[in-house]
Amino acid sequence: MMGDRYAAALPSNAWNWVSVWRRNYLAWKKVALASLIGNVADPMISMFGLGFGLGILVGQVEGTSYIAFLTAGMVAVSAMTGSTFETIYAAFGRMQRTWEGMLYTQLTLGDIVLGELAWAATKALMAGMGIMLVATVLGYVAWPSALYALPALALTGLAFASLALVVTALAPSYDYLVFYQTLVITPMLFTSGAVFPVSRMPGVFQQVAGFLPLAHSIELIRPAMLGRPAGSIGLHVGALCIYTVLPFFLSSALLRRRLMP
Amino acid sequence: MSRLAIDLDGVSKSYGNKLVVDGLSFTVAAGECFGLLGPNGAGKSTITRLLLGMTPPDAGKITVLDMPIPARARLARGRIGVVPQFDNLDVDFTVRENLLVFGRYFGMSTRAVKALIPSLLEFARLESKADARVSALSGGMKRRLTLARALINDPQVLVMDEPTTGLDPHARHLIWERLRKLLAQGKTIILTTHFMEEAERLCNRLCVLERGRIIAEGRPHTLIEDQIGCQVLEIYGGNPHELSAIVKPYVERSEVSGETLFCYAPDPEQVRVQLHGRAGLRLLQRPPNLEDVFLRLTGREMEK
Repeated sequence: MMGDRYAAALPSNAWNWVSVWRRNYLAWKKVALASLIGNVADPMISMFGLGFGLGILVGQVEGTSYIAFLTAGMVAVSAMTGSTFETIYAAFGRMQRTWEGMLYTQLTLGDIVLGELAWAATKALMAGMGIMLVATVLGYVAWPSALYALPALALTGLAFASLALVVTALAPSYDYLVFYQTLVITPMLFTSGAVFPVSRMPGVFQQVAGFLPLAHSIELIRPAMLGRPAGSIGLHVGALCIYTVLPFFLSSALLRRRLMP
Repeated sequence: MSRLAIDLDGVSKSYGNKLVVDGLSFTVAAGECFGLLGPNGAGKSTITRLLLGMTPPDAGKITVLDMPIPARARLARGRIGVVPQFDNLDVDFTVRENLLVFGRYFGMSTRAVKALIPSLLEFARLESKADARVSALSGGMKRRLTLARALINDPQVLVMDEPTTGLDPHARHLIWERLRKLLAQGKTIILTTHFMEEAERLCNRLCVLERGRIIAEGRPHTLIEDQIGCQVLEIYGGNPHELSAIVKPYVERSEVSGETLFCYAPDPEQVRVQLHGRAGLRLLQRPPNLEDVFLRLTGREMEK
């Protein structure tokens, strides 16, 4: 009996989730431009607003212009917010009706979860690439080393989607989703080295940053974009993988209890 | 392949400490239309979720198309079509896109689904609405699209939860006509309803549920004959309780519902004679129907 319950919550095979991804892609295509602008505009405004203004005061950071430093951070942030918003708001909206319909088919709940995570990661990748494109035109991106940032962006998207899905699975209504956004996501932006270097923060914060997924993401993306050698790649990739895999099982279990009681 | 499409054996399900399905057993033969009747809260929707493996039973055995549920529910769902009580069509999409996306959930290729769409649209009489958004459809059209969607995997069994609730009579008749066509093709249908006319028209067999238990089961006409078995006289106007006392010796049974008196009378003419000359009464004599059975079994003054 327990085995059946787990089977319903886990992906049925390695490819079933693709139809869920394609459903979201088809829906997105209809509003692609507006969606892309929305995903890219917010981090771009931070990038220009803070970058030019603070850049004058700050000058060089870690041997590069402040705006180049910030831009690399904002690429990671856009992946974080892009996949988080897709999962806490859009997936929450789909959870009751659209997912119910999917469960009439040969999809399992795990297939749906995997499809949603993959889709959120795709949106994270698109958002990050949008900013990289603009930053390339402005000359803040070192190619081809910036190519290494792309898999890191996708992994960042997966990790944040996976985390956000736990919140989605638990939230009784939309109002609760705002808590996660304002109490977890926004503070993470300021403590993970996106806007200023982690090394300049008080010691306690530096230790906390060591556990934050966004900090690990930035440690992968920034060196790639600035054309520098990255350190401890295994650690950062491993941390993001843990943030992807553990919440995946947790949210699958929570969603099974919620949707298939 | 056995002749049984669906087999429930002693199935129970509780939510919290509320027992919703209570030791339920019934079978549905292949090609049969089986109705689940019952007032709201009788457990009808829970039974459909149990059949699909969308909720595990606490006790008992469920078999659909020879596959144990929920253990092999995913495989079974590949051969089941579902029309839920509340439409869950994808409002982001057009009619055609809804079918395309849903077919792909079954693992069908885009090409294979696209080849099927014209015949499904024709079946649902939605050819002219293929590119309309779901939000622009009427209630009847949405139900027909849901029905077309349920057929995309060419299912052997259709599970329908109140397929015509909320539809106007015209839309309802169109759905019934389509369902009869599916039965003629040999599909098995299990449907929940609280429209007695629907059950009487479509179902080969049905059961009446109350609090998750079967309180009557059989063919519609057998049930009517067994439970009522005589003409029904409905009397409006006047004080029904007073009238009830007058006709009592001449009827098998009588019931008051609101301002109407229902008399179950082997010889209705005798009742008419008793009431002759009373002003302001309207009498309607008719053969018994499933609604009389349902109301007798579940009580006239039920919440509807």
